Amino acid sequence: MMASSYNAKEEDGHHSGSASHGGAAVVKSKKPDNTAFKQQRLPAWQPILTAGTVLPAFFVIGLIFIPIGIGLYVTSNNIKEFEIDYTGVDMNSACYSCAKNFSWNSTTSCLCTVDFTLEQPFESNVFMYYGLSNFYQNHRRYVKSRDDSQLNGDMSALTNPSKECEPYRMSEGLPIAPCGAIANSLFNDTLKLYYLEANGTRNEIPLVKKGIAWWTDKHVKFRNPGGNANLTAVFQGNLTATSKPVNWRNPVYELDQDPENNGFINEDFIVWMRTAALPTFRKLYRIIQKKSSTMPTLPSGKYVLDITYNYPVLSFDGRKRMILSTISWMGGKNPFLGIAYITVGSICFFLGVVLLIIHHKYDTRSTGADIPN
Amino acid sequence: MTRESRDTEITKAAGAGATAAVRGRKKRKNKENKTRTVRANTLLNDHPNPHYANNKIKTTKYTLLSFLPKNLFEQFHRFANVYFVFIALLNFVPVVNAFQPELALAPVVFILSVTAIKDLWEDYRRHRSDTEINHMDCLVYSSMERRYVEKYWKEVQVGDFIRLRCNEILPADVLLLSSSDPDRLCHIETATLDGETNLKQRQVVRSFLDLDCEFDPFKYHSVIECEKPNNDLNRFRGYIVHRSGRRDVLCKENLLLRGCTIRNTEEAVGIVIYAGHETKAMLNNNGPRYKRSKLERQMNVDVFWCVIILLVICSFAAVGHGLWMFQYGDKRPVFDVLSPQGTNLSPIMSAIYLFLTLIIVFQVLIPISLFVSIEIVKICQVYLIHQDMDLYDEETDSHLQCRALNITEDLGQMQYIFSDKTGTLTENKMVFRRCTVAGVEYSHDANARRLAMYQEMDSEEEECMSHGGTLPRRESVTSHQSARVVLRSQSTKSHRRTGSRAEAKRASILSKHTAFSSPMEKDITPDPQLLYKVNECSSQMDFMRFHSQPMSQLSSDLSDIIDFFIALTICNTVVVSSPNQPRHKVRMRFELKSPVKTIEDFIKRFTPSRLTSGSNSSSSSSLITNRSSNKGCSSLLSSPSAESTLTKLHEEQSSHLEPTFSPVPPCYDGKASWNLEEGELRYEAESPDEAALVYAARAYKCSLVGRLPDQVTVELPHLGKLSFELLHTLGFDSTRKRMSVVVKHPLTDQITVYTKGADSVIMDLLKPLDTGKRQKKIICRTQNYLNLYAADGLRTLCIAKKILSKEEYACWLQCHLEAETAIQGREELLFQSALRLETNLQLLGATGVEDRLQDGVPETVAALRRAGLQIWVLTGDKQETAVNIAYACKLLDPEEEMLTLNADSQEACALLLEESLHYIQAKFLCSSADQAAKAFHTNFVPCEINSSSSLSSHNTSPFLVHRLGLVIDGRTLAYALDKTLEDKFLEVARSCRSVLCCRSTPLQKSMVVKLVRNKLKVMTLAIGDGANDVSMIQVADVGVGISGQEGMQAVMASDFALPRFRYLQKLLLVHGHWCYSRLANMILYFFYKNAMFVALLFWYQFYCGFSGSAMIDQWYLIFFNLMFSAFPQLVTGTLDKDVSAETLQRLPQLYVNGQNSEEYKPYMFWMNMIDAFYQSLVCFFIPYFAYADSDVDLFTWGTPITTLALFTILLHLGIETKTWTWMNWLSIIFSITLFFTVALCYNASCPTCFSPSNPYWTMQRQLQEPLFYLLCLITPVTALLPRPFGVQMCNNYYNGTN
Repeated sequence: MMASSYNAKEEDGHHSGSASHGGAAVVKSKKPDNTAFKQQRLPAWQPILTAGTVLPAFFVIGLIFIPIGIGLYVTSNNIKEFEIDYTGVDMNSACYSCAKNFSWNSTTSCLCTVDFTLEQPFESNVFMYYGLSNFYQNHRRYVKSRDDSQLNGDMSALTNPSKECEPYRMSEGLPIAPCGAIANSLFNDTLKLYYLEANGTRNEIPLVKKGIAWWTDKHVKFRNPGGNANLTAVFQGNLTATSKPVNWRNPVYELDQDPENNGFINEDFIVWMRTAALPTFRKLYRIIQKKSSTMPTLPSGKYVLDITYNYPVLSFDGRKRMILSTISWMGGKNPFLGIAYITVGSICFFLGVVLLIIHHKYDTRSTGADIPN
Repeated sequence: MTRESRDTEITKAAGAGATAAVRGRKKRKNKENKTRTVRANTLLNDHPNPHYANNKIKTTKYTLLSFLPKNLFEQFHRFANVYFVFIALLNFVPVVNAFQPELALAPVVFILSVTAIKDLWEDYRRHRSDTEINHMDCLVYSSMERRYVEKYWKEVQVGDFIRLRCNEILPADVLLLSSSDPDRLCHIETATLDGETNLKQRQVVRSFLDLDCEFDPFKYHSVIECEKPNNDLNRFRGYIVHRSGRRDVLCKENLLLRGCTIRNTEEAVGIVIYAGHETKAMLNNNGPRYKRSKLERQMNVDVFWCVIILLVICSFAAVGHGLWMFQYGDKRPVFDVLSPQGTNLSPIMSAIYLFLTLIIVFQVLIPISLFVSIEIVKICQVYLIHQDMDLYDEETDSHLQCRALNITEDLGQMQYIFSDKTGTLTENKMVFRRCTVAGVEYSHDANARRLAMYQEMDSEEEECMSHGGTLPRRESVTSHQSARVVLRSQSTKSHRRTGSRAEAKRASILSKHTAFSSPMEKDITPDPQLLYKVNECSSQMDFMRFHSQPMSQLSSDLSDIIDFFIALTICNTVVVSSPNQPRHKVRMRFELKSPVKTIEDFIKRFTPSRLTSGSNSSSSSSLITNRSSNKGCSSLLSSPSAESTLTKLHEEQSSHLEPTFSPVPPCYDGKASWNLEEGELRYEAESPDEAALVYAARAYKCSLVGRLPDQVTVELPHLGKLSFELLHTLGFDSTRKRMSVVVKHPLTDQITVYTKGADSVIMDLLKPLDTGKRQKKIICRTQNYLNLYAADGLRTLCIAKKILSKEEYACWLQCHLEAETAIQGREELLFQSALRLETNLQLLGATGVEDRLQDGVPETVAALRRAGLQIWVLTGDKQETAVNIAYACKLLDPEEEMLTLNADSQEACALLLEESLHYIQAKFLCSSADQAAKAFHTNFVPCEINSSSSLSSHNTSPFLVHRLGLVIDGRTLAYALDKTLEDKFLEVARSCRSVLCCRSTPLQKSMVVKLVRNKLKVMTLAIGDGANDVSMIQVADVGVGISGQEGMQAVMASDFALPRFRYLQKLLLVHGHWCYSRLANMILYFFYKNAMFVALLFWYQFYCGFSGSAMIDQWYLIFFNLMFSAFPQLVTGTLDKDVSAETLQRLPQLYVNGQNSEEYKPYMFWMNMIDAFYQSLVCFFIPYFAYADSDVDLFTWGTPITTLALFTILLHLGIETKTWTWMNWLSIIFSITLFFTVALCYNASCPTCFSPSNPYWTMQRQLQEPLFYLLCLITPVTALLPRPFGVQMCNNYYNGTN
């Protein structure tokens, strides 16, 4: 920017010349300042990629990465995870008939039960996820199809949802609450977990449904219009009459009995509204809290999973899973990062060795020294 | 339109006479008349010249209202801007929109507004400067108040009378009507127009010369008819038509141009002819030039490739989307949202819509900020080049100017340099070296030694301090003028000894006042023999004068000598000024006569009746007594014949007295303090040759004392001051290549023509050889010496004279006056007239003037050579001189073979070219083919520019450059440039190491450049200093002007202006290299960066059903390029140095890098694309696998990817950066900080906004996750791993093979 003054000066060269004659003609040397910046002599560091710099770098990277990788891998391996697919594609699976017959239009729910065995006890808090595959929650139009103002409890948005919600904006002349395709396709299977004791009694495992959503979502982003009390009145009031999303059985104010978990601030709903990044994803469903320090949260043994099968996925070749997992400081079970660190570290190390060999083989003269600083 | 009709109408009327013109109001259209008519504003109450532009200037492009539309319109001329606006608008279509439409507009608006603000700021500067100028004061005659009143410049109108005082600047183009100067002259300094610092004289319009009292605007009733405004500073033609119907010619000598400064003249009055934007100065003032550089052309190709890549990936994704939709068939999955209308789109339609959406999403691939960034970087580069101390010349206080702002990188890619010689390679400071008079050579050995001494001192200033004392002594023995010489050399020595920079500067400030004044040029040691002869000759003449003997008794040798010096002294346009008041010319008037301008005048002048003529009665009172005494004096001596008609001239001549001497007592102007002491005078010349010759003559005590338009005063030894009546001056021009003066010799009273010109021209104009044996001998010998001089590299000039009889002169004068007054083809007629006069000359002698090489020229030429540049010298000088200069500046090597092409006809030229081609092929083809043959041609091995790189790069041109020099003269060049021969000529020329074109015209120069540029497809640079180089400078890819002695025309036409030739070395080798490598790397980096970023989005399409979804928040997506990653690359693009300046200058071979475009080859674009591809894969898939089958949401996953991409891109730049300064560190830290700050603020700002990403608290959560940091560590490392490894492998490989 500074330099464009030269440009301008030349353009009106004749003026400035004549002007300086007319005004106080200051005889000023045009000699440039002898500053390091203007003379392009700023002190500089010139990292030249020579064997001397590259080789140690490779080895150092290798030496740092491999231990990290090993640490990560061990951590990931210590995480216990159990996964069961209950879609019911297979003839033998318990939910086959449910999957076969169920569609969005069904009015009654279908129930099925899946048995499974945990080989190892789960020690700490266990997170229960439901997982979907081939479900493109990241589809561009799907992602956009929501109204955050409405979800934030904005009255005007409640009665007049955003255009982005189309075609799930109005239903039978009434605005849909919550509007949009994401809300419309809310996952509505209900999962219940029972521990099958040796005597055959089913012991229901308490599943905590609070605390599964982001704190900021629950308390800042999502709010019920007019407070949490008296949701029915708000969603069905004269001025603010709304309709439920077309695929829903119940309206939004009947999602839960607990007023702190009902309406827009229902945590299952909030979790669903956070659209997944990839077509195969899991979402936190419940938390199984550790009760005592002596007993494992989920001892090894037989379990029964009761499913209220409401959510059809077969039409788009989707899969539904239930996942039980403990977590560590670095999240869920995923050995990839550990392997990646080990691999990259090894590659660096290996390349370093290769370079060293090549270097010693060819380099009789100095490398890259023909261009001195 | 109205003005035109007005003009033509008035012209018609003016033809009929002045009164008719005033009355003439008929509107008739005549297209042939292209004149304007100016009448005084005092004449009529209504404004008589209403349609001419007034003096208010407005150089601004915009007004407040028009700024927005006009600026936008201009910006939309750039195709890229249209493209980006199109994409932004596409976003407003609901079906295809990808981002929030308002947000998508942001980058375009940002780019446009940055440019607009820049334009606005520049325009505002112009506006301020305009206002300042418009509000300058000047005195304008007010017809109401009947006096001159102060007015602003902008209020001046065409037809106004303006009174100008000394040192005022002219507000408009003014016709000079009156001057307080007794000679009716006005001196102006035109430095602001053409950079020439010497004073120019302007004359009052002839018909107002005789006014004895002060000019009264109310008595002015004439009408001026002149050309329409044009930009030719050196031409002005027109008439002034008086009320009486008399017409007088107006020429450029009568016109004072806007921007010039009045000097030496107390007061002048003129009428405004052109005002404001129609002044010649303003018409000449065109802004900077815009060129497109080679790099930019190459870049545009790759931008085009980017477009293709964009289309390919968009089509790919569109097809993918179609197939993805198709696989679901009729069962629409719940996540495939219907269109807003609820209709089900067919896969094909979806694919088409998606294609458009993706173009928006992937638009970053065409880098929107690239164009702006390049502009910014170039401006910074220009700034840094400006600031380079090494390109600053202390002597002239000037530094390099970049006039073209956008071709800095072309400087690094030059292949051919076309250079002018005089003033470019040489100083254009002429030093008199030797002369030959009447066939006798005077070698001026002492002078040569003196010059050698200067050179010595130049080279080793220290040493000269100790040697200084001995030098004069040695010289004193050789010259009988010992005392003088000792004095001189001591004085020069002391000057040199204190020759610090400050001293040099002081000297240069002084030298600004007088054009050429270094002691080296002024102090000429005379040749003792010649000095003796001059003394003898003048004493004889003195003797004869006393005894009233005819001058013819003088021996012809001696009279030649004295004539020779008189010619040197008076045949020029040198103006004398005294040093005490450098801006005041010396006024010495011996007689007052106006120059012979009419026949009547002539008759008057040459008859005694002129005593009674009243033409001189108008002189100012202070001079009257002197003048009358002069007149009395001269009238006594003049012819007694009393007839006053032209026919009596015969009688006059026959009855003429013997030529007698007319001793004229000197008399002085009252106000000029005139010191008689010799050597105190300063000479101001338009060309340095002239000054050199005048100083040379002064060394022989034959000095020019004063010059007036009609008179030249010369002081001769013994004879004292003689004043020559100057009847005519035929100025120098490049076609005639000579100038002549017609004077009346005061000693012989003969009308004598002295001609000075190029030897080739003068030799042809001499009297036929049969005239006399002596003359023949002189010619023969002189020619010999001329050849010798040329061989020494001297510029030669021939001096000749001719004596005209009065009737011959009268006859010629009549024709000449006709020519002068002609309207149509005046130049041609004047040329013919000059030709008629300059024939049958008698040769007096010749001079050899040295034009010293500029400092460091041979070194610069050698360095440029080693840098692989082919240097051609195109000069107007004669062949021998040019060849010698070429040897001196190492352009030609004595070891080289030299091909000389001199042909008289087309056929001969063709034959010569053919022969040389065969010769070259025979000699060199075999040698380059096999190594064994080299032994036989050791002298002619192909020039090794840079063994490894040049050989590989020369595959495009199979011709190797040999150790050969080519010399071609102008005539042959004309044949060679013919369509049929040009290919052959080029073939010959390009296999030669250096080419020298002598005697070439400006047009030929530009034709050569054009030919080489177009046919060989190489980058050309033309460098020159004079007006004759302008066409060449304009044609070349890069034009460089030397702001030297010959005015500013070359500089005005150039892209870069240098104070000295030697700065070219640093400009090209260092700045050129840097600019090129910086920009090339920056452009490649840009392509890489955008491709890498876009590829991330592309990979994601595979995981979102090709739905055009982006995991990166749209804000990041849009501002990534514009803000987060913008600064480091600008810093690197401005400051990075791949090689240090010292190394670049020490190893010019490194320049080959740029010539072969090695920093930016087409494959490099693809290499970068592949690198971008790889890096994006790494940056995409490491987070992909790390987060696979987790509960991560879309934008929480996208945030680390954005961060990783930023880190990778910045680190990539870090690897590419060769030189790290604190600026680089700062910019990178700033970028990262900026990203996190913006991200954190943005993610905390609004829980409900920014649909669809709604990134509330995302970044904050990410920063708490260890996984985020783990990813940030591994991904950039993995992505960048191949680069250093590859580089290292290459290094090792090269080390192994070399």
